[in-house]
Amino acid sequence: MDPKTLRYAKSHEWAYLEGNVCTIGLTKFAVDQLTDIIYIDMPDIDDPVSTGDSFGEIESVKAVSDLYSPVTGDIVAINEKLETDPTLISSDPYGKGWLIKVKVEKDTSLDHLMTLEQYEKQIASEEH
Amino acid sequence: MALRTPLYDWHVAQGGRMVEFGGWDMPVQYSSIVEEHQTVRTAAGLFDISHMGRLSFAGADALALLQQIYTNNAAALKDGQVRYGLLCNERGGVRDDVLVYRWQRGCPLMVVNAANREKIVAWLAKHRKDRDVEVSDHTTATCMIAVQGPQSLALCRGLTAADADQLPYYFAVQTTYQNASCILSRTGYTGEDGVELMVAAEKGLPLWEELVRRGAKPCGLGARDTLRLEAAMPLYGHELTEDIDPFQAGLGWAVKMDKGDFIGREALLRRRKDASLPKRVGLELAGRRAAREGAAVLSESRAIGRVTSGTVTPTLNKAVAMAYVDPAFTAVGTICKVDVRGKPEEARVVPLPFYRRPKG
Repeated sequence: MDPKTLRYAKSHEWAYLEGNVCTIGLTKFAVDQLTDIIYIDMPDIDDPVSTGDSFGEIESVKAVSDLYSPVTGDIVAINEKLETDPTLISSDPYGKGWLIKVKVEKDTSLDHLMTLEQYEKQIASEEH
Repeated sequence: MALRTPLYDWHVAQGGRMVEFGGWDMPVQYSSIVEEHQTVRTAAGLFDISHMGRLSFAGADALALLQQIYTNNAAALKDGQVRYGLLCNERGGVRDDVLVYRWQRGCPLMVVNAANREKIVAWLAKHRKDRDVEVSDHTTATCMIAVQGPQSLALCRGLTAADADQLPYYFAVQTTYQNASCILSRTGYTGEDGVELMVAAEKGLPLWEELVRRGAKPCGLGARDTLRLEAAMPLYGHELTEDIDPFQAGLGWAVKMDKGDFIGREALLRRRKDASLPKRVGLELAGRRAAREGAAVLSESRAIGRVTSGTVTPTLNKAVAMAYVDPAFTAVGTICKVDVRGKPEEARVVPLPFYRRPKG
């Protein structure tokens, strides 16, 4: 996926809306900060999620962090490949390393999330 | 502001991710903790450990002061021998865990934890009384570097006037590096063979760069932590505190009750026999979620202890932890649960250490 077409949450998840299905992943910046990812705890299909709520956790050798949903809806798919190979999220965070797909209400927009430009400004401030 | 080692600029220039540890700005990792960890297990890793406190004891009563504050027997050390031991408070709790070095010529040396350095310097000043002994803190004037892993000794050959091949494990020698004084010690905190070097601050960078040129891979505190955890070495502030005694920690071998009086001895005589105190154990979890510090250890939903360190270890690829548990649950094979962020995960008591290096 092209990072320019994605929208971003403050907590470093990206979102891509196609019809009424939103794909969610973790940004390269977040993945690089974590390094050494060993485990991703995923929700179940059909679980409801709400904007800003934790839907799982990602564990690295050093620490564990929550994963937050940038949208509200029901989970229709999870990336099962991550269970056997969590390194996919490091090698391809915008592609094979996606996390979940959420079915959202019809008129849902991603306008509450940041554009790439805005997100890059945020991470520049976090790095200093 | 946090202190900086003589290698601080090098770490930053090489992309080391800096964190505060024990009052110092230290690199936690350069590339990946797992890669750095594996390098130490299979080749040679390089660590800046200049944050560790280096104290010397000068004067006719140096040994007497050491014997009073140290649980092991400094008087029994041979020339050049290095020995692990504890400094205890009057209640038998651990103030610090240290290495003591004795030389044929020159003052005994003690290496203490970074976070405890000032506390210990004050403790020594308090207990020195009118003895003929002067404790000097050389920490900021010197640089300390560890080379750890199976290739360490070969990699260091010819670096200093004396070679580490000549040293038995846990022995050290006062030698030279580039014609300046250097201590070369066959010690470490990773569970691998290796050396630790101490040089004047201005020799730190040339020594470090030469070791990098010789092929040692720089590693951060992240890998140092996973390595020592696999080797079940305690970390002060986690497995050791002012409220935990050496017997609880499984370090009774470093307490010599028959060497004469020392601070904490009386309390330790009592605590050694106290069967109610929690004991340090190793836990292996069934799943891959890591039990972190503070997680409760449970039996039939009753809390029986607490995790002090834990991770998914790079060598074993399993979630392991060290914990203090009620003495009734310390037998190897005991099944328990660990509350990992609200979800109880199955665990089993296993022998320590989790990792032991293959004998070469």
